Parts: sequence; C-alpha cells; structure tokens
Amino acid sequence: MIEVRIHGRGGQGNVAASYLLAGTAIDQGWHALAFPAFGAERRGAPVAAFVRMDRSPFSRRDQIAHPDYLIVQDEALLHDAATLAGLKPGGGVLVNSPRTPTELGLDVKAYSLPANALAEKHLGRPVPNTALLAAFITLTGLLPLEALSHELGQRFKGAVLDKNRTLIAAAAEAVEADIWNQEVAHAAGA
Amino acid sequence: MPQALEGSQAIARAVALCRPQVVSAYPITPQTHIVENIAKLVADGQLECEYVSVESEHSAASVVLGAAAAGSRAYTASASQGILLMSEVLYDISGLRVPMVLTCANRALSGPISIWNDQSDSMAVRDAGWIQLYCTSNQEAVDTHIQAFRIAQETELPVMVCMDGFTLTHTMEPLDLPTQEEVDAFLPPFRFDRMLDPQAPVSIGTMVGPEAYSELRYANHHDLLGAADNILRANADWAEASGRDWGGLLRTSGPAEARIGLLGLGSLIGTLQDAALAHPELPPTRIMALRAFRPFPIEALQAACEGLDELVVIERAFSPGFGAIVAAEVRAALSELPQAPRVHAVAVGLGGRDIGLSLYPRLIEVAHGEHAERFRILDLDPERLPQELRA
Repeated sequence: MIEVRIHGRGGQGNVAASYLLAGTAIDQGWHALAFPAFGAERRGAPVAAFVRMDRSPFSRRDQIAHPDYLIVQDEALLHDAATLAGLKPGGGVLVNSPRTPTELGLDVKAYSLPANALAEKHLGRPVPNTALLAAFITLTGLLPLEALSHELGQRFKGAVLDKNRTLIAAAAEAVEADIWNQEVAHAAGA
Repeated sequence: MPQALEGSQAIARAVALCRPQVVSAYPITPQTHIVENIAKLVADGQLECEYVSVESEHSAASVVLGAAAAGSRAYTASASQGILLMSEVLYDISGLRVPMVLTCANRALSGPISIWNDQSDSMAVRDAGWIQLYCTSNQEAVDTHIQAFRIAQETELPVMVCMDGFTLTHTMEPLDLPTQEEVDAFLPPFRFDRMLDPQAPVSIGTMVGPEAYSELRYANHHDLLGAADNILRANADWAEASGRDWGGLLRTSGPAEARIGLLGLGSLIGTLQDAALAHPELPPTRIMALRAFRPFPIEALQAACEGLDELVVIERAFSPGFGAIVAAEVRAALSELPQAPRVHAVAVGLGGRDIGLSLYPRLIEVAHGEHAERFRILDLDPERLPQELRA
C-alpha cells in the first residue's frame, strides 16, 4: 500500500491533485481512494488531501497519519509541524520550491521542484499541482507519465489541456526518474 | 469496468439513471456536489427533468412533496441544518404517504457549527416516518439509491439514503455505474395511484380528529415495518442484476466462531474490516453493518447476534441527556432473547474526528470490560476537556 499526503493552500488544487493521482492509478488497475481534509473553505487556508493506493482492494477510509510520501505545494507549510508529521521512516518529501532540500532545512529524503516557475512558464499561472504530480510519479516510477496525461484529458480541454501536457512533460524532465522507486531499490538490494 | 468517480458525482449519475422528473434542492456542504452535478446534467440536456432552485431546504422539501403528490418521481438532497429546516415537511411527506428519495450527506449539527461528518442529522429525524438506509461505501450508495426509488414507489413511503459527508461524498474511488438499460429493467416508470388529478380534485393533508388520528398513525407504523420486505426484495433483485449484494437490512462479515460483535452504520465499517485484518493477534469479531435503521430490523438483528457474548454498538451521534441512540434500540431488541450478548454503547467520530485503525483494539477492550458500557464517547481527548471532566 502506498499512502500519499498532499499539503497546500486553498486554491492550489490540492484536492484536484489527489483526484488526478487516484484517477490515474485507478485507470492503471490500482485500487485507490482520494479524499480531502478540508479546514476552513477559503483561499489561502492550509488544506490536506490524501491518496491511498494498493494493487489489492482495501476498505479503510481513515485519514493518512503515516504517509510514505508528502507532496508540499507551498514551502512555507514546512514550518507547520502538521506537514511533516508522521512521515514514515525512509519516506520522501517532494516540495514546490526553487531552493534545495538542504537550503529548506529538510533532513529527510526530499526533492524540490520549482513548480510555480514551471507553471508560470507553461500555463501562465503559478498553479503547481500538475507539475508536482508529474515529478512525483517520475521520481517514484509508480505510474507512467502517459497515464497522467490521459487523466488530464478527462478533466481539461483545449488550450488548458495542451499547456498542462507540456507542463507535465517539462516537470518530468526536470527530476531524476525512479530514484524513489521502491521496486528498483528493492531489486538493488537496498 | 470500474471508473474513477467522486462519490457525489456518482450519486448524481445514479439518480439521473433513475429518471427523476422533478429535483429540487438547496445547496449545503457536503451535499452540494450531488445537486450541482444533477443541475449540470439537466442544463446540459443529458437528463430530462425539472430542476427547481429554491431559497431554502423547507421549500425544497415542499416542492418535491407537491411534485411527487402530482405524480412525478421526485428527488432532493440535504445535510445537517438543511435536514432540520426540512424536518417539518419530512413528517408531512411520510404522513401523506408520498414516495420519494432524499440523500442525506451526513454532517454534524450546530452549534457549534461543524461542516464535518457524523450522523446527528439523520438521527434527529429518526421518527419522521421515513425509511432510512445507511451506506458503507460509495458503491453501496450508488446501488442503494437505485433500490430506494423502487422501494419508495412500492411502499408509498419516502426513503432517506444516508451517506457519510466527505468520507463518502468527497472521496474518489473506483465505481461501477450501471447502464441505463440495467436500471430501466429494475425500476419501472413512476406510478402513484393516489396522484393528484385536476379532473378529480381532492384535498390531502387536511385535519384529522381524535376519532381517526391513532389509526392513521398506526397504519403508517405498520407499513413502515412492512417495508422491510420491500428492502429485502429490492436488494435481492438488484444483487441478481448487478452481482452486488448489500445484505438487505443488515450485513455481517467475519469468522463464524467470533464471540464479539461490532455493530455500526455507514462508512466506518470498511475501516473496522481492515483493522480486524491488521490485528490478527486480537480475538475475531463479527462486524455488522446496520443498513436499515428504519424500519429497525429486530428479527434480523436477533439472528445476526446468535453465538455472541459481547456486542459493541458504535454510534456516530448521541442523545444528550441520555446517551446511546442505536444501542438503546439494540438492547430493546435483544432483550427478547433468552441468551443475549452484553451490549456496550460507544460514540466515535463526532463532528468529523477521524476514525482510524487504532480504534479497533479499544473496541475489543470495551467488549472485555468488567461492566457493560452503558454509553461512552470513546475518542474523547482529555487534554481538551476542563480539568473537572477528566476521568
């Protein structure tokens, strides 16, 4: 079972990101659930969303207290203790930031992607969610990028879809493939 | 072939497959996505239906009452304070024996305001004379809505389908939606023999004096109890058509030799099932999903408790000044048995508090307690209580 927690602020597409990830996984034959933990429903408020996925069906619907991975859409949320809380030992943190994990003071397995800048360049708006998802599935090797591209086609149309597809290709290009891939790590005896 | 759908979106599409003719609703979190999606289907021309936007839930319930009395298949949805504002009309709908379906996207009640999930809202209208069916998953909610429209029109009683807010309504998961042909084969076109007819005008809802009121109320009670057969038949027929059997009134899982029963309503059931798998060191449990709360399945419950020494009833609401709601009824039902299990009552997950796997060992502890637990909110955080209330 893979458990992912997404942290961001209202308006950054946190729930949309969780649905995109679960939707992509479901299309690839996984059993997956995505659900939000809404706080106050307003722009700028901290929001968490959860994705739980497994090759076999499961029934639990509790929130994710001990994620394998965190996707943090706003680096300022790293200062909130709730963001990193419960990360599994060896778990990975993907942060939207132009700064390196060391500069961010992260002493866990972490990777940063300047997703706002990438989104500004390709979408014309600093909406980081699809870029981070593309980076996440590339780092982990969990799902093929084409599957995410197909899933985007379920939600977006026209120019927005085209721009997002360009954006996710650029984001995937910007990170190292499979360095968080548990199967690859396992095969290498890690 | 399962597809990835948000619960609310799936319910909107399931309701649309039932060909409602009038839908009226007022948006309220966490029900909003359901009626928003139905409104969109109507606006896009994918559903031929009159969608009536109204200024309150009281009006929404009144519109669907009028529409159904005039012979339309009618649907509405609400939650929390919206259900309370509807409550006056809910009693009229059942008392006038007008069939319809309502989704309650279960949410806590004010005050203080909480948008999050528990089941205080539907429990507050327990005695409104509606059939109440609780869903453990979004797939069960999809199937139950389709069954509900048939149960309503067979019994001429309204059906409230209860699904946990957020935990189900806002969760995306793989779901099977039936085809229009499958639903059409299961659900005949709406027919209401007592429908209002301008050619033969009658008044409904007029005053009834002491000479007949008791008999009318008795007839309602009698027929609501009798609706159990319709619920069972709808479940069985839909199970045959879809391959999915939700147990009718009550569903049990777990090993036959279990001596501890855990009974709950709604989406916590799946979490309990996975928790049981995660705790093989603990004694086995029989997990019971109470699907029909009204009518209350007394005989089915008695049969399901056979062989149990302990039964923990897990509630998502409570009655201030007394305690347990569901367990009070469970105790009454089991008191007729010569060898009834001890019944323990706990409430959890009020106002959206997360229900995790860690609840499970605590439920086993309650079952093994020296005394039967009359009622306890099991997940209280003592740190947040005033000093004098800390145990």
